[in-house]
Amino acid sequence: MTVLEANIIGVSVWGPGLEGWAASRPVLAGEAPYEPRPSPAPPPAVLPPTERRRTGPVARLALVVAQEAAAASGLPPASLRSVFASSNGDGVVVGGILDALATIPAESRPVSPTQFHNSVHNAAAGYWSIANASAEPATCLGLHDDTWAAGLLKAMAEVVADAEPVLLCAYDHPLPAPLDARRPTLAPFGLGLVLAPPGIGRPLARLAVRYEAMAGAAPPVPRIEGLRPLAAGNAAARALPLLEALARGGAASHFLPYGDGSLTVTLAP
Amino acid sequence: MASRMRPLVLSASTAVSALGQGAAAQGEALAARRGGLRPNDFEPAVGGWIGRVAGVEDVTLPPELAAYDCRNNRLAAMALAADGFAEAVAEAREAYGAGRIALILGTSTSGITAAEEAYRQRDPESGTLPAGFDYGRTQDLASLAGYVRAALGLRGPSLVVSTACASSARAFMDAAQLIQTGICDAAVVGGADSLCRMTLQGFAALELISPTACRPCDAARSGISIGEAAGFALLERAEAPRRDGGAGPRLALLGAGASSDGYHMSSPHPRGAGAIAAMRQALASASLAPDAVDWVHLHGTGTRANDAMEDMAVMAVCGADTPCSSTKAYTGHTLGACGILETVLAGQCLERGFVAGCLDVTEPDPAFQSRVATANLERPLRYVLSNSFGFGGINCSLVLGSPP
Repeated sequence: MTVLEANIIGVSVWGPGLEGWAASRPVLAGEAPYEPRPSPAPPPAVLPPTERRRTGPVARLALVVAQEAAAASGLPPASLRSVFASSNGDGVVVGGILDALATIPAESRPVSPTQFHNSVHNAAAGYWSIANASAEPATCLGLHDDTWAAGLLKAMAEVVADAEPVLLCAYDHPLPAPLDARRPTLAPFGLGLVLAPPGIGRPLARLAVRYEAMAGAAPPVPRIEGLRPLAAGNAAARALPLLEALARGGAASHFLPYGDGSLTVTLAP
Repeated sequence: MASRMRPLVLSASTAVSALGQGAAAQGEALAARRGGLRPNDFEPAVGGWIGRVAGVEDVTLPPELAAYDCRNNRLAAMALAADGFAEAVAEAREAYGAGRIALILGTSTSGITAAEEAYRQRDPESGTLPAGFDYGRTQDLASLAGYVRAALGLRGPSLVVSTACASSARAFMDAAQLIQTGICDAAVVGGADSLCRMTLQGFAALELISPTACRPCDAARSGISIGEAAGFALLERAEAPRRDGGAGPRLALLGAGASSDGYHMSSPHPRGAGAIAAMRQALASASLAPDAVDWVHLHGTGTRANDAMEDMAVMAVCGADTPCSSTKAYTGHTLGACGILETVLAGQCLERGFVAGCLDVTEPDPAFQSRVATANLERPLRYVLSNSFGFGGINCSLVLGSPP
């Protein structure tokens, strides 16, 4: 059974009451109380003003975690390949387009140019590469509730196959009405990890993942009770148990459901 | 830097497009120079021409998978039913085990037509969507993988890649990495994108829809014609034991490269910097010199900007002797599906021995310096470089050829 291994050399988080890794680490480690509050992601200062104005809350969420994780790795952001994983993508933009298509006559050009290019699932990766003038490749994926498992496996495989560090960014934002009733998402949440082969960067922990075509794993539950609704209500927040373990600095192991199989995730200090 | 790629064979492949159902239908249309575009009867207000697949409306999914019913999965079903593809996957499943075959598919808009229809049937009072609308099995990206995984009985890891028009080309790279690491022994790769109002209206808003059938590389080109397609390939290690007892696979993925423009969300880098990087990496990963390339299968959408930058990129990488051409005037731009569709088209050209020249080009752009083929060139082909570029500045280039 193939085990994929890499070092975590950068980490970030953004969510309700989790505004960056430095502020959130004591909360995730259980050393400080978790106090959720609305935490909209800030406008991305790294983008030129014209591009910045075109970003909505979803792209901003992705960019804030991508940027913080890259900075934490100590590697130049432009040197990093990336994997962006999101279940809902920019559902705010897509929902707006669906609304316009249903209500504005087809002859009146219901979709705006900016809306359209922001609707693609790789919009966040596009803004990231523009912000950092990066020529490095990106891949973008989504797999409903299993998006985090898919993104983690994909990023780890790229580190191992090509022996290069990879920025993994996972994010999910609530959909607008009426879509939200069919795909509820509790609150915006995102995280970033920079995963690297041995010898690159300063390791925070060592990560190993293994895929097994065996069913039965329930989604992992965070230790901190207050984080459990978020972990159950946002596809990217299935990463919370891993972030908790990273914040505590200890060893940990858990299963992630992945289709009718599962991913075993093991963290060692 | 691009590392050397171990060749992977496509032991089965299939596609459906406006040219027909199955790989042979694609090859026959290219050989006969018979295009598949027709005036836009899907979203007439947008105008232009489209590459619409005949018969999608009549497809029914197996009863146990009916919840996945949407235009995109119907296209996928049409492709799975052709070329003995499902049977070839069943044999691979026997050989490797279902858990050792990954599923890596690309799509840009998945089953969004289902959401477009549902929005028109909202409750006028509450605004709620009709009860029959199944978001997770239609609109969500996971819909495509969920349907194909169940239809083929696969149990390896799935990914749905969505990098706009580079989606299914990028899927090949992501699959190759999973095979290389030993996470799986084989992968079903490919993708599907179907006609939808969002895409047609979106490209209209960007003023990129050609009022006539698209004519990539023509001096008078004026934009794209949107098409729809689905296609799949079974990707395995070249050294894997053959199961068919016959001639073995005829097509292989020999190299791949990817890059980002980091330039603009919907316009390519004007001098093709990202395209050049992707093409060079693809050649390096195949250990191939640029002059070994027999045909550059262009992304060639028909927009002023794409074709001009791609001409510069081809010149920079391969020079003026290598024939290059686009097949988008045959199929339309099939967006996230163009990587797999054009892989199948290139496979047909390799097998039959010809370069598929651009269709309906009356005068190649005089500013272009590369060697644009405007007619079919009959000749044995060994190596094809196939480009796919997407919004957000994502570029992928694949090297296809005969198995080593």
